[in-house]
Amino acid sequence: MNSNLRGDVREAAAASNHETLSQLRAEGYNMLIDMTCVDYLTHGKPRRFDVIYRLMRLDPATGMDLGRVELHCAVDAEPAVLRSAKDLWPAADWLEREIWDMFGVKFADRPGIKRLLMYEEFAGHALQKDYPMGKRQPLIGPKSGEKAGSPSFNILKPTITGE
Amino acid sequence: MSATARSQKTYMLNMGPQHPSMHGVVRLVLELEGEKVIDVDTEIGYLHRAFEKHAENETWNNVVPWTDRLNYVSPLINNVGYAMAVERLAGIEVPERGQYIRVIASEISRVTDHLTCVGASAMELGSLTVFLYLIKAREYLYQLVDNLTGARITTSFTRVGGVKSDLPPDFAEKFRAIAKEVRLSIAESDKLLTRNRIFMDRMEGTGKFSQADAIAYGVTGPFLRSTGIAYDVRRSHPYAVYGKLDFEIPVGSTGDNYDRYLCRLAEIEQSLRLIEQCLQQMPEGKHSLEPKEIKHAFEIQDAGKHGDTELLAKYKAKVDQTLEGMSKDDQPNTRVLDRKITLPSKESTYTNIEGLMNHFELVMWTWGVKIPPSETYFAVEGGNGELGFHLVSDGGDGPYRVRCRPPCMFPMAAMKKLLIGGQIADIIPTFGSINMIAGELDR
Repeated sequence: MNSNLRGDVREAAAASNHETLSQLRAEGYNMLIDMTCVDYLTHGKPRRFDVIYRLMRLDPATGMDLGRVELHCAVDAEPAVLRSAKDLWPAADWLEREIWDMFGVKFADRPGIKRLLMYEEFAGHALQKDYPMGKRQPLIGPKSGEKAGSPSFNILKPTITGE
Repeated sequence: MSATARSQKTYMLNMGPQHPSMHGVVRLVLELEGEKVIDVDTEIGYLHRAFEKHAENETWNNVVPWTDRLNYVSPLINNVGYAMAVERLAGIEVPERGQYIRVIASEISRVTDHLTCVGASAMELGSLTVFLYLIKAREYLYQLVDNLTGARITTSFTRVGGVKSDLPPDFAEKFRAIAKEVRLSIAESDKLLTRNRIFMDRMEGTGKFSQADAIAYGVTGPFLRSTGIAYDVRRSHPYAVYGKLDFEIPVGSTGDNYDRYLCRLAEIEQSLRLIEQCLQQMPEGKHSLEPKEIKHAFEIQDAGKHGDTELLAKYKAKVDQTLEGMSKDDQPNTRVLDRKITLPSKESTYTNIEGLMNHFELVMWTWGVKIPPSETYFAVEGGNGELGFHLVSDGGDGPYRVRCRPPCMFPMAAMKKLLIGGQIADIIPTFGSINMIAGELDR
């Protein structure tokens, strides 16, 4: 009984992410379970972000999980070096959009990538560690972008990330 | 037909976010040719509440109430999934009784999730009676959840290291009475729907999804199982006590809306069976890790001098009267001290000073549970599929990063595949059978 949901943790160079992924796919990792990103701003790593691909080898006949791989690719927001995995797994489409939306990590072959959760006019990327917790943006707040004094408007308390 | 002639014939239609069948939170931009869907673009994010960003600014335990708001139809599964991920990160294990209680809670939630999904999609196809029967059954279960956790939806039932409280004394009898009602409602709905001509015409053969597509789109849960692949996290990676329980995984064959409906109905029965087994099997004992007994350091030293060494592991040394001394790590080899990870029970917090201080310490900023820097991924079987949490700790008292893998996002991303080529009327049952819950989709 394999209860290791994380599986094998591996690293790959960002520039060769597509080759590594297609190789893994050829090895039988047929399902892209998840794709996410972590911002290591305060960790002093040479590259700020880790884009994480989570793959699973699913046996359609028995429905059992035959093993997983967690692939880390260290990148910076600029320049875009990662290649999109959309052609390998269509599931990557929305996941990549979310990573761009929340972390500002772009994919080299998707220059016109659209945000997934936020609206296009949103400035910045909310899950970056230096995006202030209480920051307001004009389209969803007052037109001037300032905090409203009215108590009926969601009053922001100071947070540890500060503003 | 030339391209220009075709483009004159098609027209764009906005469906949602205000359309009732889009539940107010999803917008479909459709390109139609008559009533045939030529192209579709899905827009989500209308219910984005920055769950992941908030979680980064909370302590480990304080994230639990936020998880209620992910899949708000089955909040207990989210509670369990998150708490188990944190426990995996901290390297601790909950007592067996606590694990049984968690399984019972998850399965109640799974039933409410499926009842809501089947009921709502039946209503959208015009069968209001079935909706009322199923929501009646769900209401009984919500009362049971209320009995167990103190809330119907915002349950916040789990704690890191255990659950809020033990089962109420008359839980088993109440459950038996309610299970009867649920089975009755299911039987009634089954009679009304399963061989109903109108229902079958709308559901059979619509929203078809092949096994290959399901794998390519990363789809899990009842949606994947309806195509005939019996993948279930409870079977593949038995967490908690699922390894000791007997249950079947219902699968479909064609992967259409009708199969998804049948799968969900069958899973409700399996969940009820699981709860019945749990109630029979569960041992007596503690439901959560408890703070170890605290003694003054000199008392422990004395005990050691008298050769009383076997008791030493039971105690935690109280080094100093000040808070600073209380939190000093007296056993540096253990990853996390029990005393520092589990909130004391409410009885203890409100009746004695040790419990109160322990509680106070754990909820104070930067004094809470500290977990050594590490990363983990843990998943449970949610109502819609694999509900995963990727957690990163930087050694602080709260998560550095929480990633929630929302199970219903993957079939939502496959909407193009599901809808193109079908009729506009097929959108309603197909969207209903995805069981899109915006709380977890948009987070």
